[in-house]
Amino acid sequence: MSDRKTLQIKQISGHSGPSAGFGVQREPEVCKLVDTTICIGCKACEVACVEWNDMPFSPTTFDNTYQTMPETRWNFWNLIKFNEHQREDGTIQWLMRKDQCMHCADPGCLRACPADGAIVQYTNGIVDFQQENCIGCEFCVSGCPYDIPKFNPATKKVYKCTLCSDRVGQGLEPACIKACPTGCLKFGTKDDMKYVAEERAKQLRENFGFKDAGVYDPQSIGGTHVVYVLHDATDPERYSGLPSNPVIPWSYTVWKWLFKPVLGTFALFGLVGVLLHYVAVGPRRPQPEPLLKTPLPEKES
Amino acid sequence: MSTAIERFDHKARTAFDQIGQTEVYEGELLRHRAYTRFLHWMVALFFFLALFTGFGIYMPWLFRWFTPIFGGGPLSREMHPWFGLGFVVFFGLQTLNWLKPMKWTAADTRWMRNLAKIVGGKEKHDPPDTGFFNGGQKIQFWEIVGGCVVYLITGIILWMGARTFGRWAVAVSYVLHDISALIMLGGIFIHIYLSTIGEPGTFQAMIRGAVSEAWAWTFHPAWYKEVTGRDPLQACEEARRQDQAGRRGISGK
Repeated sequence: MSDRKTLQIKQISGHSGPSAGFGVQREPEVCKLVDTTICIGCKACEVACVEWNDMPFSPTTFDNTYQTMPETRWNFWNLIKFNEHQREDGTIQWLMRKDQCMHCADPGCLRACPADGAIVQYTNGIVDFQQENCIGCEFCVSGCPYDIPKFNPATKKVYKCTLCSDRVGQGLEPACIKACPTGCLKFGTKDDMKYVAEERAKQLRENFGFKDAGVYDPQSIGGTHVVYVLHDATDPERYSGLPSNPVIPWSYTVWKWLFKPVLGTFALFGLVGVLLHYVAVGPRRPQPEPLLKTPLPEKES
Repeated sequence: MSTAIERFDHKARTAFDQIGQTEVYEGELLRHRAYTRFLHWMVALFFFLALFTGFGIYMPWLFRWFTPIFGGGPLSREMHPWFGLGFVVFFGLQTLNWLKPMKWTAADTRWMRNLAKIVGGKEKHDPPDTGFFNGGQKIQFWEIVGGCVVYLITGIILWMGARTFGRWAVAVSYVLHDISALIMLGGIFIHIYLSTIGEPGTFQAMIRGAVSEAWAWTFHPAWYKEVTGRDPLQACEEARRQDQAGRRGISGK
């Protein structure tokens, strides 16, 4: 839409290099801040996500925890993950972490995706799936360090959190932010959110006795557009498997942008080779070969 | 090779011989029986189905126009593993069928040394010890056997996905699967060329099952000798003399 000025495309899957129109307009990077230390696990964000994105009711699974279901689904993009962590002194701590797409600056899903334009990264940092171009190969699932893209067997396409790109494009905050009652979720520019997060971490360290409190914004994937404030940033794994050092398999980069076109061309050499052989050398015929031209019988007089 | 395979193969061959006819005319030799031909064309069918669905997954920006044939990108992706499975199964049966004639021998090593001469058209006849299959055919056959193993292992990993086998398994399988496909893609051009216009008279071996004696003594002399008991070069010379005599007969009228 023409009025979506804040959704300028930065890069799309299946293509190397910047896309048309990139860099024409300067745009601030957006960011969602999740302060795990004040999440009360009310699940308002889960409901808001399902409501705004108009997704059908998803059956929940009770597994004796405060978690709605074991993991996100193709139609359930926002899940409060729950972990009862036992400290060294025997006391326990309830860790609630809002699990959703992290909108990585260097998205593994986009790197892995072979389909033209099925995954789009906007200049503001949002990584969005365009289902009309998706072929359902699920390579994005292997590219994602957070296990976020989910396959829908009915449509044979993959879905995930859009960071409410439809709302953000209109100058609104994502639905989950709007629903959060405790102020655990905040939305703004990446710089602002990083500042607020660092301030909060400092407050936790100095006033609340969380010596290792910190901000989760992994630089191994260029940072994320969802940042967490954690009680203990030294061990993100305890927050239901938040990877401390998320990586994208290097084979995708090497293979897709280098060897795939090069070796594809080499395979075509087979075709070129046989054609050249036919022209230059000619076919091999069973021997003895017939003479090139049968002499015509002499005219009978 | 166990006897169970031999028994299975024998049973299949006899059964197919009752259905498919192989007519061998005067001056021809039986090359491939109905069972072999059936397997070959099933392999070919599934190979091309898998190839064209695979193109749509390999580089959609370039090969998107293949996908509507199969009902779009997602459906191509959905059917590709099944086509691939068909290819592997039928080629597996062909492997059992050809295990014996595809065994590598010293003659094949010699044939490979002569490759440049044969490809360059310097050598009209294949080396006299070239048997039922030559070295090049055997290399392509064993390449496909190896390729099928790679296809099967990496294909199942890609099929089940990262959530079953892990992210790295998929990321690596994806590369190996593609390399295997590209080698076969390069090979199929050579295979089709040599079996049609590259060596005229070859194609009927896989259609009717019979080849001319001239074809046999030219390209597979040792096999010709084994089947007919005649010396291939001598047979060729005889044919040449008869040919010339025939021509003289026409022109001398």
